[in-house]
Amino acid sequence: MVYLTRKCEFSASHYYYNPEVSAEENQRIFGKCANLNGHGHNYTLEVTVKGDVDPKTGFVVDLKALKEILNREVLDGLDHRHLNKEVPEFLRQIPTTENLAIAIWNRLQGKLHVAKLHRVRVYELPDLFVDFYGEA
Amino acid sequence: MKVHLTRRYLFSASHRLHCDELSESQNQATYGKCNNPHGHGHNYALEVTVSGQVDPGTGMICNLSDLDRSVQSEVLERFDHVNLNARQEFAATVPTTENLSEVIFNILKQSFTAAHLEKVRLEETMMNSFEYAGGAELRV
Repeated sequence: MVYLTRKCEFSASHYYYNPEVSAEENQRIFGKCANLNGHGHNYTLEVTVKGDVDPKTGFVVDLKALKEILNREVLDGLDHRHLNKEVPEFLRQIPTTENLAIAIWNRLQGKLHVAKLHRVRVYELPDLFVDFYGEA
Repeated sequence: MKVHLTRRYLFSASHRLHCDELSESQNQATYGKCNNPHGHGHNYALEVTVSGQVDPGTGMICNLSDLDRSVQSEVLERFDHVNLNARQEFAATVPTTENLSEVIFNILKQSFTAAHLEKVRLEETMMNSFEYAGGAELRV
């Protein structure tokens, strides 16, 4: 079994706000992230797939196909978007990095027919990242 | 859904790798320049990985400010700008980064309970890093 990771970047804006609690409570939980004018990040996404090395090609996955799927299923929908306002998963869910990693996993799972998805890692900042392995 | 979150912190400390049970020449052979008598320092980068279910109300595993507070008060204030050999945590062990990883994991396991502590990863230099997950297998 070999693991392969593809890295890409996207930039998006968001804010954290739960309409079910008061403005003061939102401010307490989310701090400056609760500002409804939003703010932005340069995200780094790492998608790790796993599989056996094909004896003929020496590849675990067709990288070109992987890149096309990543572009189509993830980057086209997230890059230079406002996550709360334009991305369907976050119309009713807070676009934290945790939820973003789950959403990206769900977008790729099922579409990624060329290899088995192992991990989705999303960096919001160089010192903060989230991993999701598709676990319940 | 179980999600893993990692936060990175920086601290600087000095140490000297030396084992009292070994002779001078054995220490030199084992630790090389890390055995030099007056010690030396590193800028350490610490990555703390926690995991848990995403709270539907907040969208978060745990509040980052709680994690920051624990790491700041329990780890960084203890080890930043100190000589590790002089700390009581290393009274009986050599302050290698292996041992430091284990010490930090055990400190955080006690003090941070808002999410499950998965592992700590400690970079001693850009060229080497160490991971400790309380004895559990590491994820890729």
